[in-house]
Amino acid sequence: MHRVVITGQGTINALGADVAQTLDAFKAGRCGIGALDIRDVDRLAIQIGGQVKNYDPNAEFNRQQIALYDRFTQFSLLAAREAIAQSGLTFSDQLAAQAGVVLGTAGGGMNTQDENYRAVYEEGKNRVHPFVVPKLMNNAAAAHLSMQYNLKGPSFTVATACASSNHAMGLAFQFVRSGMTKAMVTGGSESMLCFGGVKAWEGLRVMSKDACRPFSANRNGMVQGEGAAIFVFEEYEHAKARGADILAEVIGFAMSSDAADIVMPSKQGAARAISGALTDAGLNPSDVAYINAHGTGTAANDKTECAAVADVFGAHADRLMMSSTKSMHGHVIGGTGAIELLACIMALREDVVAPTINYEEPDPECALDVVPNEARDAKVDVALSNAFAFGGMNAVLALRKPN
Amino acid sequence: MAESVKDQVIAIIAEQAVLEVGDVNMDATLEDLGIDSLGLVESIFAIEEAFDISVPFNANDPSASEFDISTVKSIVGAVEGLVAQQKT
Repeated sequence: MHRVVITGQGTINALGADVAQTLDAFKAGRCGIGALDIRDVDRLAIQIGGQVKNYDPNAEFNRQQIALYDRFTQFSLLAAREAIAQSGLTFSDQLAAQAGVVLGTAGGGMNTQDENYRAVYEEGKNRVHPFVVPKLMNNAAAAHLSMQYNLKGPSFTVATACASSNHAMGLAFQFVRSGMTKAMVTGGSESMLCFGGVKAWEGLRVMSKDACRPFSANRNGMVQGEGAAIFVFEEYEHAKARGADILAEVIGFAMSSDAADIVMPSKQGAARAISGALTDAGLNPSDVAYINAHGTGTAANDKTECAAVADVFGAHADRLMMSSTKSMHGHVIGGTGAIELLACIMALREDVVAPTINYEEPDPECALDVVPNEARDAKVDVALSNAFAFGGMNAVLALRKPN
Repeated sequence: MAESVKDQVIAIIAEQAVLEVGDVNMDATLEDLGIDSLGLVESIFAIEEAFDISVPFNANDPSASEFDISTVKSIVGAVEGLVAQQKT
């Protein structure tokens, strides 16, 4: 078994165009959720989201690239550029032959689907652009990363709804830990803030019209976000030998399935994933200082998650911190675990815990320290990141401060 | 002759609960009829489609919605109200 460390991180999301801006927002408790600026927004009941604003694809990509890159691919490429530059790795020879890219996304090229369905159904066109299929396909972002960075090992996309990124990063972790490869590029991306994407979510009636307030008694649903976060996972000795800056160590991962309901979460399923991650990492529950919660802001998720944490941690549940940064960047669906890993790494590197903003009223069913409204200075040696998806598919990562 | 709002709502609920229309008691709760949260959201969608109305309902906090779903009777009443209100 090899040790696995993170040597690069990159992002673009509603809080910022890179990691520095995102961490500044976490520390300030700044909200990136606002009025949606998308076509036909007036026909939506839900008109807010964590949208990436002030973003001009033409400033980043040329016309030929844009013809092939859906917005979720663009976000992946931008986040990867930052992460791989920070890692200092160049993929060539044996490293390139082994290294791959595993990304999480739930919807893939939703904007491309939306635009082209609109063209054929609403506008009655009988012809679409020749690249619609390679642009919308779920693995497009991973494919473009592999091509751009010469990643010739195992590459694929994981789609487990809201747990996609955590499943993806967990697999990348296992590949490096097993010795299969010295490095993997991993993370997740999502961009379904388009008319069809938001309309579909509206149907479930779990969306908030005004704000994402995880764990607060007056919470009234989730708010969708968009963006990507990408990381470089590297074998520890390989990173050490080249003097890389180690951001954090990935020490454990577990997955579970509720095998119960397609949308309602299960305390037992969540608890099995959390305790599984502790076991995989060789941790005692009391070692954990911070959990980045799934914390969607729905009635069902938040109380179930708190109950699961209380079950796994016992008395220690009252001593650890658990916050939901979805209150700031929104629920980035298949990309959300990756963006939330940034908050775990910040806690481990800087001993600053990102808050749960919009916290207004205590809920007896969520009676944990949710780091309400303001970031907190606190020593964090070990952090977990929870993701619990529709379909009852759960994935939890465990990270440690680099030493 | 057009069905009454009450008859149509009961038919929608009966279909969701996989019951005969005659077995839907007006005082029953949806839980009594075996309708879960997904069944409720689906019933509301069917009601919106049948009457061409918009039902204010958030699954996160059913009690805060103006739409009273406590019993079959209250749902019928709420739909009648919305139909009267939203018909132009």
